[in-house]
Amino acid sequence: MLSQIEGSRAVAEAVARCRPQVICAYPISPQTHIVEALSALVKSGRLTGCEYVNVESEFAAMSVAIGASAAGARAYTATASQGLLYMVEALYNAAGLGLPIVMTVANRAIGAPINIWNDHSDTMSQRDSGWIQLYAESNQDAVDLHVLAFRLAEELSTPVMVCMDGFVLTHAVEPVDLPDPSQVDAFLPALRPRQVLDPAEPVSIGAMVGPEAFTEVRYLAHLTQLRALDRIPVLARELRDVLGRGGTGLVDPYRCEDAETVVVALGSVLGTLKDTVDELRAEGVAVGVLGVTTFRPFPADALREALRRARRVVVLERAFAVGVGGVVSADIAAAMAGTPQRHYTVVAGLGGRPVTRDSLHSMIADAAADQLAPLTFLDLDHDLVRQATGGQP
Amino acid sequence: MTVQRVKFYQTGSFAVGNRLLDPAQRSTQARMDRANSITSGHRACQGCGEALAARYVLDAASRATGGQLVVVNATGCLEVFSTPYPESAWRVPWLHSLFGNAPAVASGVAAALRARGRTEIRVIGQGGDGGTVDIGFGALSGMFERNDDVLYVCYDNQAYMNTGVQRSGATPPAARTATTPAVGPQPGNTFGQGKSAPLVAMAHEIPYVATATVAGLRDLEAKVFRAMQLRGARYLHVLVPCPLGWGSGTGETIRLGRLAVETGLFPVFEAERGEVVAVTPIRRRLPVEEYLRPQRRYAHLFEPAVRSDVIERLQAMADRNVRRFHLGGKR
Repeated sequence: MLSQIEGSRAVAEAVARCRPQVICAYPISPQTHIVEALSALVKSGRLTGCEYVNVESEFAAMSVAIGASAAGARAYTATASQGLLYMVEALYNAAGLGLPIVMTVANRAIGAPINIWNDHSDTMSQRDSGWIQLYAESNQDAVDLHVLAFRLAEELSTPVMVCMDGFVLTHAVEPVDLPDPSQVDAFLPALRPRQVLDPAEPVSIGAMVGPEAFTEVRYLAHLTQLRALDRIPVLARELRDVLGRGGTGLVDPYRCEDAETVVVALGSVLGTLKDTVDELRAEGVAVGVLGVTTFRPFPADALREALRRARRVVVLERAFAVGVGGVVSADIAAAMAGTPQRHYTVVAGLGGRPVTRDSLHSMIADAAADQLAPLTFLDLDHDLVRQATGGQP
Repeated sequence: MTVQRVKFYQTGSFAVGNRLLDPAQRSTQARMDRANSITSGHRACQGCGEALAARYVLDAASRATGGQLVVVNATGCLEVFSTPYPESAWRVPWLHSLFGNAPAVASGVAAALRARGRTEIRVIGQGGDGGTVDIGFGALSGMFERNDDVLYVCYDNQAYMNTGVQRSGATPPAARTATTPAVGPQPGNTFGQGKSAPLVAMAHEIPYVATATVAGLRDLEAKVFRAMQLRGARYLHVLVPCPLGWGSGTGETIRLGRLAVETGLFPVFEAERGEVVAVTPIRRRLPVEEYLRPQRRYAHLFEPAVRSDVIERLQAMADRNVRRFHLGGKR
């Protein structure tokens, strides 16, 4: 049943229906509404059998989740931006220990300069942390991906982060179909941890591993991620059967079949892009959009398949690798190596700058005419830059 | 189990021989059914105070809880020497995550056990002084403030021994470490404000705070038993001499622990809800030189010239402890 609900509250409801046993939270904008809603769900008794722990930092939030998960509880937390960076050491640790923690990241820029608004700098900086990363296009997507995330994490015993655009999604009120608790129960079985701290069967978790086996441990983590590439479409289909909606899990092509130019992007900007593509199609320009839902593990095969007919690919980046250029672009270029395809990187919407249909329209039109520079900053204020550089471009 | 009556042996210390005690009061280590939480064969140095203290703490906690124990370990010597893959010296469920998060991980374990209705299983967090009073201090304070059901044990050897004896927030003034070398006009560690983790723990008004040393192993066991009778956040700070870092003989570990107490440099006490409820009085107070001389980390205080100015400042610290904690003892 559709309800008019804020993205954060919808996610909190979805998470609650996944019956987490330990939720730990440290507030950071724009994640706050999610953990506030969850605390109300626990305190009011609507979410039972769950310990809600108010911690003193994001580092502690992830650490509490690690302890809880290792002790056999379904553990959840949420963060954003600086908070994600503050828990980085524990992020890698959770992944290395193979703990099926699920975390929402309300995507936000990283300072300095301090900026609370949306881009993907935070999660992109953690693409190599060993966490699976799923990116939501809409609040409906965000809700459904959380249900998928718990199942995926627990099946593979590896942590999953669901990335949803801060404010643009977290604070947007729109109709969302919340999964029925019985639907979630049908899809998500009770947690059966791979190993658990139990006096009846003592195990040592987190031993020191030297050169003789460290590579093998990392390789096994890689195999797990590769297995996720097989499992995500299967689980997405299963979830689709239960919910009667949803994507394919890895990538989401839109009008790509005969597209000469395909724009690749992640997150909520996909909605604007699809509208823009419709406009350009009406003008006779053969363009399409490819949404990337799963960014880690990187779905290279699915991307190759979706992009193989395109003459040019524009990667719309909501993050920026200073001194290099695109973050997603590098992976896509590697996946498409050996093809004659032209590749463009467009950095857009950093620190919450709106990515408008007008700007996208002219950018894609330029790309389709091969009039675009290899690295472009959408709507860059050249006057401001010249002021700061003393006239340099 | 048969009980064998044995003769009284004077041990040469203030301790009365364990075998004279009622069986119920004997050291956990004297029991046939001791837990052996950490088995022999691990890679601690000879004379390691931390390995000794950890064995006593965890065996006592195992006995106190009927073996219903989960242990969370910070990065450090104890973690490294006990679990070089594929070996593990632990016979308790044991988790190592990071250097600075053991108290928070322990909180997570406790939360999971609560959520799973398994509160008969108790949680111990443990780490060295670096992991506790420095990098893990925020997590420790958070765990205290929430009053999570965790006993956290700090094995304090007063420096980062695992990485090669660098200064920590628990390193005493004047002590030589690799990052406070014995050079210049003020050799060794500076005289700062110091950082008493037990006093900071008490400021959180948690149910139980205690200090102990490896020189009082029965006292240590008794404090673990007391701690395990209580729920909520509890803190145990154990002084564990380190032959490598302190430059002391491997047979001196127990004696140095005792000297730290008898000079007044390390007060041994118990506190409940922020108030001191018991202290271990000093029977025969000794000057701090007695404690300093056997340790190479203080060698620069005695050669080439005796630095009586520095020794006096250390003596003043000991005197203050005696006054503050009412340790008594004649000089």
